[in-house]
Amino acid sequence: MITRLGSWIGKHLMLTLGILVLIYMYVPNMIVALMSFNDSSQSRNLYTFQAFTWDNWLNPCEPQGMCEALQVSISIGLLSTIVATTIGTLAAFALVRHRFEGRSTMNLMLFLPMATPEIVMGSSLLALFVAAGFGGQLGFWTILIAHIMFNISFVVVTVRSRLAGLDSNLEKAASDLYANEWQTFWRVTFPLVFPGILAAALLAFSLSFDDFIITNLNSGTTVTFPMFVWGAAQRAIPMQVNVIGTLMFIIALAIVIAGEVMSRRRAKGKAAAF
Amino acid sequence: MASLQRVFGKNSAYWLIGPAAVWLAIFFLFPMLSLLTTSLSDPAGSPIYGYDLTWRLQNYFEAISDYWPYMVRSLIYAGIATLLCLVLGYVLAYAIAFKAGRWKNVMLVLVIAPFFTSFLVRTLSWKLILADNGWLVESLQWLHILGEDGRLLATPFAVVMGLTYNFLPFMILPLYTSLEKIDPRLNEAAADLYSSPWQRFTKVIWPLSIPGVVGGTLLTFIPASGDYINSDLLGNPNTQMVGNKIQTLFTDASDYPHAAALSVILMVLIVGMVLFYVRRAGTEDLL
Repeated sequence: MITRLGSWIGKHLMLTLGILVLIYMYVPNMIVALMSFNDSSQSRNLYTFQAFTWDNWLNPCEPQGMCEALQVSISIGLLSTIVATTIGTLAAFALVRHRFEGRSTMNLMLFLPMATPEIVMGSSLLALFVAAGFGGQLGFWTILIAHIMFNISFVVVTVRSRLAGLDSNLEKAASDLYANEWQTFWRVTFPLVFPGILAAALLAFSLSFDDFIITNLNSGTTVTFPMFVWGAAQRAIPMQVNVIGTLMFIIALAIVIAGEVMSRRRAKGKAAAF
Repeated sequence: MASLQRVFGKNSAYWLIGPAAVWLAIFFLFPMLSLLTTSLSDPAGSPIYGYDLTWRLQNYFEAISDYWPYMVRSLIYAGIATLLCLVLGYVLAYAIAFKAGRWKNVMLVLVIAPFFTSFLVRTLSWKLILADNGWLVESLQWLHILGEDGRLLATPFAVVMGLTYNFLPFMILPLYTSLEKIDPRLNEAAADLYSSPWQRFTKVIWPLSIPGVVGGTLLTFIPASGDYINSDLLGNPNTQMVGNKIQTLFTDASDYPHAAALSVILMVLIVGMVLFYVRRAGTEDLL
């Protein structure tokens, strides 16, 4: 009896519990989606659902300054993603493909930003900017510098794991078939590593877009989207914030699904070609 | 990459690693030094004109004697949240790795997907769930789990719950990575040798998942201990953590030296803990 119960637990209970945990992780997303249809004009209590409306979705930019903040966040997100993904991918290649002096020091230096609380990283950058005399010029560029800094490590880790799992025989085969090194890189290595680079870029963008603690310390008077939300939360949060939150979620999920479908289709096409 | 070797000579590795090394040196390591000198400077300066380095160790003593409760509270909240994340995260990571079958990839994407909604917006929605007149509080009161005027929002419970919720994915991913590597045949072999499910877990699965447990707890504990969003949005003035204090000392009080000292103390505590922990658990190859 006990063993049968045990095997049932092994079979179904873990999966059920796992799905419950997943549901817990989605409760806030569901609330955000729900509140994006909330008509908040009726009452001052902004933390309960009042009445259904499409208005928030039809006029997403109504709250003053929100879409400007969104624009700032997207620009910083894109720029920091491009720079960090480039720098980080190069570094990942060096770490996987080369043995050089200082390699373990470099590994440590890449690990440290991930092991440092954001408040410490943010405050140390602020201390540096102030000590260097830039205390009065905090803004777009100082935020960008900070975001590139904390994104590099995450890009390296993501690309490195993809690169390390790569079968080097494929490259050897290419050179056996008279491909020169440049051709081997662009036709074999790069396409195989590309999904890793893409994943790293997606991660970098979402980390940058979402960052608040480091940004808040180094932003001067520039306002990013999370900072707008923070400021609004101290007074009365506009419901349009929920529209943006839901929209970002849908867009990102669509990108992930499209990527998955494309890679499956390509794998199928290749299997058919052989 | 031999082609690059031809272009840059035999030092091509340094050309590849160079940009990352330089960027991190200037904007990560150098600021740490700057933080250290600021923490030893005279608090009489100002952010615009800078602070004079007077090797004032007193900043540290003052920071500790004034703000030690915040530090202790941070470590306790982050510790409890990490433990809760470990339990919840282990369940989900185990389910994905061994029980999800062909839904594995879908479930993995679902773990990461909540990230895409701004975390501030998500944390604010907990305010609504835990609100005094919300259905959760009212049903708990009806069940007499909460007293008549018992509440969830603005309590330590809400802060710890928020921390747990926000950092759970950081626990799940490393756990999943190490669970996924376990050969299911090891589990079958143990079952063939008459071990109970519990024995199989404690003697086979758990020991093999230790690298994931170490990685996950570090990735959860470190950001949680420095966080101030959850305690600010979901807590009350008595649940403030060290992050709140560092933040207000920097931005509102403009007392950079004491704030810097507090940052350095937090960093030293965390580095010490990481080293101790990694060494005890025997996974020094984590780096």
